[in-house]
Amino acid sequence: MNERDITPKSLFLNRRQWLATAGALAATPALAQASDAPTPKDAIISYNNFYEFGTGKSDPARTAGSLRTAPWSVEIGGLCAKSGTLALDDILRRHPRGEHVYRMRCVEGWSMVIPWLGFPLADLLKAAEPLSSAKYVAFQTLYDPAQMPGQKSDVLQWPYVEGLRLDEAMHPLTLLATGLYGEELLPQNGAPLRLVVPWKYGFKSIKSIVKITLTETQPPTSWNLSAPNEYGFYSNVNPQVDHPRWSQATERRIGEFFRRDTLLFNGYAEQVAHMYTGMDLTANF
Amino acid sequence: MRLLKPLSHTFCALPLAWLVLAVVTHQASVNPVEYAIRFLGDWSLKLLIVTLAITPLRKLTGWAHLMTLRRRLGLWAFAYAALHLLCFWGADLIFSFSALGREIIKRPYIAIGMAAFVLLLPLALTSTNAMIKRLGGASWRRLHKLIYLIAPLGVVHFYWLQSSKNLTTEPLVYGAIVAFLLLYRVLDAKGVSLRLPKKSIKT
Ligand code: HEM
Repeated sequence: MNERDITPKSLFLNRRQWLATAGALAATPALAQASDAPTPKDAIISYNNFYEFGTGKSDPARTAGSLRTAPWSVEIGGLCAKSGTLALDDILRRHPRGEHVYRMRCVEGWSMVIPWLGFPLADLLKAAEPLSSAKYVAFQTLYDPAQMPGQKSDVLQWPYVEGLRLDEAMHPLTLLATGLYGEELLPQNGAPLRLVVPWKYGFKSIKSIVKITLTETQPPTSWNLSAPNEYGFYSNVNPQVDHPRWSQATERRIGEFFRRDTLLFNGYAEQVAHMYTGMDLTANF
Repeated sequence: MRLLKPLSHTFCALPLAWLVLAVVTHQASVNPVEYAIRFLGDWSLKLLIVTLAITPLRKLTGWAHLMTLRRRLGLWAFAYAALHLLCFWGADLIFSFSALGREIIKRPYIAIGMAAFVLLLPLALTSTNAMIKRLGGASWRRLHKLIYLIAPLGVVHFYWLQSSKNLTTEPLVYGAIVAFLLLYRVLDAKGVSLRLPKKSIKT
């Protein structure tokens, strides 16, 4: 899957071909078993888990229009030399974005292939100059029930928070994304700025980020707070470690009829497995 | 009241027709298998609850004709449960018996769903007039009291699945309705009067 990690622009721009694939996938679901053809854009923007905008998969596409994505700024702080609040426009001027086609595996057992537009999180973190005491990175989604009506319910503790170990955050596969299919993100996909960690279950890839903090201790994460025995801090995609309520051995690729095998680290083992050598992945799920 | 039969069949078939239409026209989300499994499970539970509501409704309204609906609605609930199981077993597990066995052993919510389905089977099989005659009314009624167990199992199955996603409101609402319908029977058996005052009965 190396060749897909950073896809040449020429391939990315060939949207016509993708639309054709999309049509073909919709018409003949089960054929493309082993392929990693990008998921049709229609599917990516209509089938979302984003509880800030409702708990149904079609809720965010219907209701997330209430999110004001500009102007947007991100507060960077904690254990770093250059903390401060950065306007998104300035961030994007400093860190040029590229195309990255990644698999996305939801903890619920479905998956997509998404052509992201973004830049490595490492670029932003390096610019903030982490102190040597920094071991983790904490992320926080916007909290504003007026814009995010789902936050009026207590289905999760708000704001949504996530975290990574510093080496995971600095890994070149880890992105801050602002677009997909060459266009700016829609609110339901986590506009205007979201995390993408392709070897972890989708809920780790926190959306609509307003705050990034370098910390010494492992930060709390929303789903872990909600059900610690079901959702771990690491949440690496792992077909051998089932969720207590369902198997993680297989997944349904959106657009396909039958389920396919789930790959360790979502198929990115070659790039990321070294970060977990000697670690018990069942205990640290 | 000859209309009651075709009307009730139509009512019960409508969700299924709607589902087929939604899948064929790509309205069933971009994950139609998940959509179908959930939709069929939902309607199985809804129809189980409507079935449970028939006797209380008859007692409240005094409308004896309602009883002719009970078996029919129960059979439709079974049909939706069977299709629910079929979709899961077929599309998720590719009709593998061993995979189904593994799921049942490993996942309590599947085991509970399966228990509900297995308990529904004898009720479905004995729902013909000939079977009622063969069993005799009393033992037929005793057998069919299994629905008092099946409906709560369906609720627990639903709750257990949804609690992982913090989506417990809906199963709790179903649970409250089932609890109310079962409590009604307890009170009724104890002789608590649950009929409407005579003068409000309309026919
Ligand atoms: C009377 C029997 C049953 C009833 C009333 C029932 C009801 C339900 C309900 C209400 C749901 C939740 C739907 C939703 O989230 O909207 C559900 C989900 C589910 N049921 Fe059942 N069920 C029954 C039997 C079974 C059996 C026998 C199996 C398999 C062996 C099964 C497997 C499942 C699965 C896998 C899901 C989850 C689907 C998903 O998450 O996508 N159920 N069921």
